Amino acid sequence: MLEVHELTVRFGGITALDGVGFTVARGAMVGLIGPNGAGKTTLFNCLTRRHRADGGEVRYEDRDLLAEPPHAIAGLGIGRTFQNLGLFPRMSVRENVMVGAHHHGRAGFLTAALRLPRVRREEARLREEADAVLARLDLAAVADHPAAGLPFGTLKRVELARALAGRPRLLLLDEPVNGLSHGEVDAFADTLRALREELSLTVVVVEHHMGFVMGTCDRVVCLDFGRRIAEGPPEEVQRDPAVIEAYLGTAA
Amino acid sequence: MAERRGTGRRGPVPAVRARWRGLLLTAALLAVCAAPFQLVPFRVFQLTMVLVYTVALIGLNLLVGHGGQISLGHGAFFAVGAYGTAIMMFHGGWPYPVTLPAAAAVAFAIGLALGVPATRLHGLYLALVTLAIAIFLVPLLKRFESVTGGSMGLTLAKPRPPAWSGLAEDQWLYFLTLAAALLALAVNHSLLRSRVGRALHAVRDNETAAEVMGVRLAFHKRMAFAWSAMFAGAAGCLYTWVIGFVSPDSFTVNLSITLLAGLVIGGLGATWGPLLGGLFVMFVPSLSQDVNKAAPGVIFGLLIIVVMYVAPTGLAGLVRRAAHSFGRTLRKG
Ligand SMILES: Nc1ncnc2c1ncn2[C@@H]1O[C@H](COP(=O)(O)OP(=O)(O)OP(=O)(O)O)[C@@H](O)[C@H]1O
Ligand SMILES: [Mg+2]
Repeated sequence: MLEVHELTVRFGGITALDGVGFTVARGAMVGLIGPNGAGKTTLFNCLTRRHRADGGEVRYEDRDLLAEPPHAIAGLGIGRTFQNLGLFPRMSVRENVMVGAHHHGRAGFLTAALRLPRVRREEARLREEADAVLARLDLAAVADHPAAGLPFGTLKRVELARALAGRPRLLLLDEPVNGLSHGEVDAFADTLRALREELSLTVVVVEHHMGFVMGTCDRVVCLDFGRRIAEGPPEEVQRDPAVIEAYLGTAA
Repeated sequence: MAERRGTGRRGPVPAVRARWRGLLLTAALLAVCAAPFQLVPFRVFQLTMVLVYTVALIGLNLLVGHGGQISLGHGAFFAVGAYGTAIMMFHGGWPYPVTLPAAAAVAFAIGLALGVPATRLHGLYLALVTLAIAIFLVPLLKRFESVTGGSMGLTLAKPRPPAWSGLAEDQWLYFLTLAAALLALAVNHSLLRSRVGRALHAVRDNETAAEVMGVRLAFHKRMAFAWSAMFAGAAGCLYTWVIGFVSPDSFTVNLSITLLAGLVIGGLGATWGPLLGGLFVMFVPSLSQDVNKAAPGVIFGLLIIVVMYVAPTGLAGLVRRAAHSFGRTLRKG
């Protein structure tokens, strides 16, 4: 479904990604790990066209992803969450989720200003879909609350809800359980596994929490200093000497 | 308004609140319709001008409060509407009702053209470019004397009340402006509570996330600019109807800055911000002139600082807070 070849990204003197390549099969759940600054977020930013690639190719469903404009990514069925929350703080939780379904709507400035019947129908449909996603993630009670000022764990779920509202086929999660309590991490893992079945999602998840990665992913890719240093089933990658050294090297 | 709603536990149940709101709005509408029959013509004229500025501020609020952009040149679009109307009536002899949609369309088109920088520039840079537009306008108006009347401006006949209405001129102008303001309010309200309004809010709150959700940033920013200009142009048309005279000195940079100050004081992004801001734009500059003839700007500036200090969310926020504590007292008592 997703093929990354020789992807390279440079920021001035820093090479954030250095010829990275891997593939993600349809329906797979791939963990992307690596020490701080390894280039994981940069990889996501490349896939969602936030950064220009300096070299390499990304094929997504037989399409050259790097040739697509940034706003078209959602329409291609790619959803993502952000490492440090990328919510719209002054909008309500429901409105946040409805923005996630932006590309499923058609209303333009003129038709919306005139409040044509089809705009009203579309609005009701988007709202219903958003409420269904909110109910699925236990967020119905906070639907009208502004997205600012809720507990961190709740906001993380709101971000997931917003990404799901776009009905993605490929979901990119950047550190979804970072900052959550033990119980919350387990609950999130259960939810994610269930959603993957229900919605036949393909998932790439960046996470430092090894328990979470081991429990949810069926493949793991490890980056270090912008290079792919290991790829395989979780247990194998965990035992890989290069991976152990990358983590120990930064911990020391 | 929307951002405070739905904390269910704290406020009264929505049905009760909706009934109260309906009741209040009906009462307000009745008062607004009765006002021109109770007041002297000069007061009616003042209220009409408040409505004119309200329409302009609805546009500015769309851009600044909801779109998160800035414009220090909105007086220019107001002037485009005012002069456009004057020229259509003076040189073209057009009947006045046609000039409202025409002026709005012209301002929209110019807003769309000048909205290009809005898609590329942020904050201070956009403020400077829009300010430049406003500064550029006055000499431009003076230059094409044969069309604009130069420094002398153009004098026109005001719309005359039809015989069937039985209204005096000031009352007729008041109701024309009121109808236009209500239409602007409705259009703006529909726009904001739609997919488009959400996209604008999303762009304001977090551009990156908005784009990842599929919102086309440049398109929405430019359209917000053009729609905002359209409301300002419509307000300019109403201005010409009501005043019956346009001259370059009415549309200096001062107007643009007063409009923006009025909006911020009324309440950025708040539903009633434009109306409160309209009151401010109409009354405060002349009031501060009365208090201190030598330096009206000083009083004006001080007032802005005081209001921002007491009510950082604008007058609309202050009213909302007051209503909130009043409601709480009622429930307790
Ligand atoms: N916009 C940018 N401009 C300059 N350098 C950047 C930019 N984004 C990332 N970098 C650099 O690229 C490298 C990779 O950063 P990235 O954020 O992708 O790491 P990461 O693997 O996500 O790390 P973490 O686990 O801490 O989130 C870092 O050295 C970082 O400083
Ligand atoms: Mg990261």
